[in-house]
Amino acid sequence: MNLLYSEIEEELRASVRDLLRDRSPQDVVLARVSAGLGYDPALWRALAVDLGAAGLQDPAVGGTLREVAVVMEELGRSVAPTPFLGSAVLATAALGWERVGERTATLVVPFSGGAPSVRAAGGRLSGRVTSVADALSADLLVVPVVGGSLWVVERASVDSGVTVTPRTSLDLTRPLADVEFEGAPGQLVTEDPAVLDRALLTGAGLLASEQLGIAEWCLASTVEYLRERRQFNRPVGSFQALKHRLADLWLEVVGARAAARAAADALATGAADTEILVAVAASHCGTVAVRAAEECVQLHGGIGMTWEHPAHLYLKRAKADQLALGTPGRHRARLAELVDLPA
Amino acid sequence: MTDLDPTARTRELLAAFPPSEVDRLDFLRARFDAGLAWVHFPVGLGGLGAPRALQAVVTAELAAAGAPDNDPRRIGIGLGMAAPTILRYGTAEQQRRWLRPLWTGEEVWCQLFSEPGAGSDLAALATRAVLDADGVWTVDGQKVWTSSAHTARWAILIARTDPTVPKHQGITYFVCDMTDPGVEVRPLRQITGEAEFNEVFLTGVRIPDTDRLGAVGEGWRVAQTTLNNERVAIGGQAVPREGGLIGMVAETWRTRPELRTPELHQRLLQHWVDAEVLRLTGERLRQQLAAGQPGPEGAGGKLGFARLAQQLTGFEVELLGEEGLGYDDWTLRRPELVDFNGREAGYRYLRAKGNSIEGGTSEILRNIIAERVLGLPPEPRTDKDVPWKELSR
Repeated sequence: MNLLYSEIEEELRASVRDLLRDRSPQDVVLARVSAGLGYDPALWRALAVDLGAAGLQDPAVGGTLREVAVVMEELGRSVAPTPFLGSAVLATAALGWERVGERTATLVVPFSGGAPSVRAAGGRLSGRVTSVADALSADLLVVPVVGGSLWVVERASVDSGVTVTPRTSLDLTRPLADVEFEGAPGQLVTEDPAVLDRALLTGAGLLASEQLGIAEWCLASTVEYLRERRQFNRPVGSFQALKHRLADLWLEVVGARAAARAAADALATGAADTEILVAVAASHCGTVAVRAAEECVQLHGGIGMTWEHPAHLYLKRAKADQLALGTPGRHRARLAELVDLPA
Repeated sequence: MTDLDPTARTRELLAAFPPSEVDRLDFLRARFDAGLAWVHFPVGLGGLGAPRALQAVVTAELAAAGAPDNDPRRIGIGLGMAAPTILRYGTAEQQRRWLRPLWTGEEVWCQLFSEPGAGSDLAALATRAVLDADGVWTVDGQKVWTSSAHTARWAILIARTDPTVPKHQGITYFVCDMTDPGVEVRPLRQITGEAEFNEVFLTGVRIPDTDRLGAVGEGWRVAQTTLNNERVAIGGQAVPREGGLIGMVAETWRTRPELRTPELHQRLLQHWVDAEVLRLTGERLRQQLAAGQPGPEGAGGKLGFARLAQQLTGFEVELLGEEGLGYDDWTLRRPELVDFNGREAGYRYLRAKGNSIEGGTSEILRNIIAERVLGLPPEPRTDKDVPWKELSR
């Protein structure tokens, strides 16, 4: 188990971070979400295609899920509005890079989890899936159906039989949508239900890296603010009551980094205990990200409560992520089965 | 012998002193004299001036040959704290006199630092040492939390030698003879019922100036060497999943289904995750150190361990229900080692209360993390430039 970052991973991180800083600084993100503009197609193209971040699961590139996890960290750190999770993580894990390619895709599952409800008959799909992440911008819908098989639907055709309705979402930077299939023509991908399970495991494991990125930004920006903000004739950060809170938060973030890295490494290498490490990372990192974002709002005082300060974008992303692909409670319940601690 | 290669030296030692035929102490003395005690120490002081990493090779070779060890747990204070300080600040005479019996365990060491009024604020210590005209110091005061004081031959001691300067400046570092008639050691009984530690009363204790370590008034700087060496010992070994306390609790859960409730199940899983995250954090730190990238994670290891140990041991007592109302043994005893595994849940619960106090309280560790890792400003220091005797105590 390798819990460190390789040189290649650090180089990838630097490229992604530079791109996001240039193209998607927080005021730009805020302006886009305030105007209801949703994802930034130019940013997505630059990240996914020009930088090649969407193709890291392409066997020809030789990338691994460890590198995908590093991209997730940076996307969390910048709350960038891109469909990376749905397209480059979930759909690609389910369908394979060969079939997704440079198109934008998503896995049509309720973001908060749940069993498939879409039915397939005569090659056509019918049913409704609510609160799907990254559906608005997807050309390719990867659809698990009742019975465990996996189908793919092209949205490009005129008579696709697919309706995608945006929802007003808690997380402004990853909007959700309801997807309705009315006799939509689909292609069967596989009848093996393990493919979907594996994609969801990959998604939950790598979401922990996004949560780590969120938590790291929240901690760093709070420390920076408390070093400068003065009250009672001294920097607020010199008060022991606040220092102790931040030291405790730092320790949780350090743990989140180890747990997220362990999950990414296990997914990349196919370790025997991958499911355990994903359950540990998903339950721990989800909670740490929320706590870091809540502390960030509180310790920024009045400014932390405003729309103009980016803290709320992180809080909304963190809270939505905590529910996404399984709550901490659900991951712990799965862990109970895996490590033989029955209820 | 002129060959300084540790492996060759080890083989020569084993040939000259076959472990199955010679007395334990004779073997340990011969090992020290061969420079195989600490290979990175200088020649003549138990070492060969060799790279520290070669010690593991020597240790493995000796263990394979069935050689006796020097019981490093029982004499840990001497090995971990006194020896590095003596090596750095001691005179040649002091090093020659103390290091060999320290290493063989013939002479046990203890540490007289903490006082009832100077715990986390160690530099506030009040034990006085006054130099007579004949070159002998007279020491009066009280120390506390002293492990091994009842078996120790020597103690490292810090005392105030100049009360007119600020508190960090007027301290001097000594080696105290524990057989001096002015030294009185009393067991300090703890909340567990046993006495791991002692109170030590020093009344007119006489210390010759030749038993001083470092310059007069430089004791705080010397003590930093001792304390840094105390903190170096971060869990060096990989821990398996469910190693430690969580394994014990998980085993109780598996074998005692009648104890289970849904509410306890939720909390057990939360603790299990916390324990695994702490384990992975330690593993990541070890990998960073091995790769030559020391990270700040080590500063949090003790803080995280103390919190988890306290939560887990409290949970264990609750899980046991009626059994948790009992206690295994309140008889006063004086253990040489803290035995978390060999006692019952109530003992673990009570003993874990010390984890957030001993060796740096959790509050002090949080300050260290906040200031040295996160770079937050220090609290204003009102005592820094005030002569010690003018401080309110």
